[in-house]
Amino acid sequence: MNEFATIGELARGLRQGDYSSVELIRHYLARIDANSTLNTFITVAEDEALNAAASADQAFERGEAGPLTGIPLAHKDIFCTQGIATTCGSRILENWIAPYDATVVDRLAHAGAVLLGKTNMDEFAMGSSNENSYFGAALNPWDSSRVPGGSSGGSAAAVAAGLTPVATGTDTGGSIRQPAAFCGVAGIKPTYGRVSRYGMAAFASSLDQAGVFGHDAQDLAVVLSIMSGFDPRDSTSSDRADSWLTGVSESGLKPNDEGLTIGLPSEYFKDLNEGATLLQAAAKEFENAGCRLTQISLPHTDAAIPAYYIIAGAEASTNLARYDGVHFGYRCENPKSLEDLYQRSRSEGFGIEVKRRILTGTYALSVGYFDAYYLKAQKLRRLIQQDFLSAFEEVDLILAPTTPGVAFHTGDLTDDPVAMYQQDIFTIPASLAGLPALSLPCGFTGGLPIGMQLIGPHFSERRLLETSALYQQNTDWHQRHPEVA
Amino acid sequence: MADIDIKHLCRLAQLALNETEHQAVRADLERIIAMVDQMQAMDTEDVEPLAHPLEADQRLRPDEITEVVDRDRYQRGAPATRDGLYLVPRVVE
Amino acid sequence: MQWEPVIGLEVHVQLATKSKIFSGASPAFGGAPNAQACPVDLGLPGVLPVLNAEAVRMAVMFGLAINATIYPYSIFDRKNYFYPDLPKGYQISQFDHPIVGPGTLTIQMENGDTHIIRITRAHLEEDAGKSLHTAYAGMTGIDLNRTGTPLLEVVSEPDLRSPAQAVAYFKQLHALVRYLKICDGNLAEGSMRCDANVSVRPLGATELGERSEIKNINSFRFVEKAIQFEIERQIDILESGGKVKRDTRLYDSERNETRSMRSKELSDDYRYFPDPDLLPVRLTLEFIAAVKASLPELPQARKARFTTELKLSDYDAAWLTNDPAVADYFEAVLATAHDAKLTANWIMGDASAALHRDDLEWTDCPVPATELGQLIARINDNTISSKLAKTVFEALWTKEGTVDEIIDARGLRQLSDSGALRGIIEKIMMDNPDQVAQYRAGKDRVLGFFVGQVMKATQGKANPGQVNELLLDSLKREKGSEE
Repeated sequence: MNEFATIGELARGLRQGDYSSVELIRHYLARIDANSTLNTFITVAEDEALNAAASADQAFERGEAGPLTGIPLAHKDIFCTQGIATTCGSRILENWIAPYDATVVDRLAHAGAVLLGKTNMDEFAMGSSNENSYFGAALNPWDSSRVPGGSSGGSAAAVAAGLTPVATGTDTGGSIRQPAAFCGVAGIKPTYGRVSRYGMAAFASSLDQAGVFGHDAQDLAVVLSIMSGFDPRDSTSSDRADSWLTGVSESGLKPNDEGLTIGLPSEYFKDLNEGATLLQAAAKEFENAGCRLTQISLPHTDAAIPAYYIIAGAEASTNLARYDGVHFGYRCENPKSLEDLYQRSRSEGFGIEVKRRILTGTYALSVGYFDAYYLKAQKLRRLIQQDFLSAFEEVDLILAPTTPGVAFHTGDLTDDPVAMYQQDIFTIPASLAGLPALSLPCGFTGGLPIGMQLIGPHFSERRLLETSALYQQNTDWHQRHPEVA
Repeated sequence: MADIDIKHLCRLAQLALNETEHQAVRADLERIIAMVDQMQAMDTEDVEPLAHPLEADQRLRPDEITEVVDRDRYQRGAPATRDGLYLVPRVVE
Repeated sequence: MQWEPVIGLEVHVQLATKSKIFSGASPAFGGAPNAQACPVDLGLPGVLPVLNAEAVRMAVMFGLAINATIYPYSIFDRKNYFYPDLPKGYQISQFDHPIVGPGTLTIQMENGDTHIIRITRAHLEEDAGKSLHTAYAGMTGIDLNRTGTPLLEVVSEPDLRSPAQAVAYFKQLHALVRYLKICDGNLAEGSMRCDANVSVRPLGATELGERSEIKNINSFRFVEKAIQFEIERQIDILESGGKVKRDTRLYDSERNETRSMRSKELSDDYRYFPDPDLLPVRLTLEFIAAVKASLPELPQARKARFTTELKLSDYDAAWLTNDPAVADYFEAVLATAHDAKLTANWIMGDASAALHRDDLEWTDCPVPATELGQLIARINDNTISSKLAKTVFEALWTKEGTVDEIIDARGLRQLSDSGALRGIIEKIMMDNPDQVAQYRAGKDRVLGFFVGQVMKATQGKANPGQVNELLLDSLKREKGSEE
């Protein structure tokens, strides 16, 4: 069995009876076990997975199998899973078991996918290195002295190491794209509103969006087709129906041959060192495949990080108020008073980065600072969005680096939160604008993967994925894998 | 940069920091606020704030009871309950 | 010095929706603790609010009823503070962009004076849970069933000048929301709760004094007493040279006093901002017009109709229209009775007393409106006497049958046969020659004796008017024959 098989290949194997789902799941569980030092999983749901695999095998016998029946996957530990712990990488939810499934979890389970377990993440998705996990950082499978990126680092590393063919993630300011780039896998953050946020613990509600990691564009499309769609439980989920998306697992992803115009934003390339030549090579690849390249400008790019840290911090400061030790989650020992209960439960339950962001957000929203920070950030957010909307009047897609460089070493940036925040400089603008964006591996520097980012107009996932398919048809970066146990 | 009253922020956010953490967080916040203060020089005159990336309208839900409450299950993860109530140290109003 | 109280009320009206404002759980009162709190109400990780259409419709209906601006664009904000009965650590409310803007409500005092009270705004928000402080030693129990119940918070301008005006305003709002059927008006269950902002200033001053806010008053009587106490407390402070401190107070009805709330000391910065989980609410002109078309007749219009068309007194009209259930019953009775004054008397008298005696609501009145109407009609067509009508009413109360069945079964039909009555009268006059002599000697009072005797002889069934007429005629005739 190919350890880095796509779900298309696995589905074929299951259909042809090369192996049963139970055998397949046992194989992946064994791989997770053998690579436990990578710390990619917080919870491995062995019993549940084997039971679900047995049901999948029965579905095959009854002839009722769908595109994901019996296919293993992993969820970032931010998605609520009924009966299996959901920690958000935090001590405050260490022992919490959700009484419901997130819509994403529910839809994938109904499609027959088998949940292997819950992947490691920066606490409440706040981080770019996975080092903010209460359960210890996940490691980069290409070089275990380096971070896998964050916050969905566990999912990216697990896919890269072949511990699961696909995994879900969430992206608020780059938390899918950045670890995808660091780990050499593909990862898509859909348009805001494309995927329901119900049952996904909130970090910054106006930015959070669920997405998926995999090896190729086809796998991303198939999983996305199941995850996405209107959810009456999420007021912000889009009710737009895309017949292309719902049919993609049968029709397959067609590499885009429309000769698209691709914009290269000068602001994203000006200080790029590591990977600049790889990005240029990737651009050339598109040109060779019939695309037209053009320089564009996104003049408010510099506003993105400040605006993001205010908006995300403000939203997080109130989204995380519910973790107060009263109704669920961690409570301190022997609280002397209500205040004591609140303060010790939250202070003992949250890690330092979460506290920093809560305090930043509290500051931005407090009396006297609201206009100067929160409102100002929202105005800049509009300018950033307008930059993109103007650009998309001239270009079909934007090609940009995903990260400023390759995966950094564990501990390199932990003492400097601002330097850590700068890691997200290329991914945050699309998040603020609510645009779909994905990262694909586009080469290696010093044995470490580099990712390129494609950003499209709202709800242009088809174009993004078909263009990715075009690139992956002509290159093999996505077929390179790290050496793992 | 405005003076940051960490104690006040901690009170609003119900966080308790010891002296070492307090100093560290103060230094971090000063750096973070200095970084976000780059915004202040940027021109946003006549720009409408953007609260939501899609700028759609709120959808309304029909007025129907759709939830079946399973209290015991919801309270399984609760730190302290008795007779179906969540318990906290005595609150003085 | 003469002091002038200045009062503004914030009334929280629980909207009578079937489900909560942001979840599909039931807001019904009185369930087992936390048995009506779903994950959305509990604020568990990942849950999201979705707005109830009916709560929006009811808010718009209220706004139209007070001639207020209805904003086509309104926003839900988060009001951030920690409290154990607030599971998310914030309340979803409306701050800068409420759904209902400025409007007015007219109140009428007992002496007939009217005042127009300005309403600043009305906004939608979610209710919090309840803290039970007495259940366990050293612990507070939290019941989140009420969490997420839709509230319409109606904020008045500081236009009220006395506790009596405050009560009149609260009562007028109470009548209005019941007319609109947007609230059950049950004060004992907390369906309408009032926060009062109270300050005093020297009479004639234009600036406002420092105010205090009294929280959560839930009866008409307590509104009056709490505000009265607070006015006196503030005057005492000012007259002894002190300053009123701005604070939040709680009314203790057992001790009849207000006292400062410790729990509110910290929550001075609510950090309102638009809730990113909810989008702006946009109302179309068509929607607003449709709600307007559905407005029922409002209490003041109904009262005016009762005084002008039905010629009822101001007092009667006010009494009957205060509660839509009473007014509806009244109009249903009137449809059969065709006598507004007599119908009003029956409803305000016997019917009201009987309901009160049996502790029943008007909607549970055991006497169908058509039967009470029929009873009144039977009085007016002389079938029965007013006195025996009371007997029929009691029989109707215990469901003995229809008005006519009861009259027949009990033989209560009024005796109006002049010949028969004349015979009875003549016999009584013959049996009581002394009294006849007294009457004839000029003692007119004795007429009452004869009426009593006739009623006794007819078991009350004689028509009293006719008896009077015939008696006078007989007594005078005898008198005249002697002359």
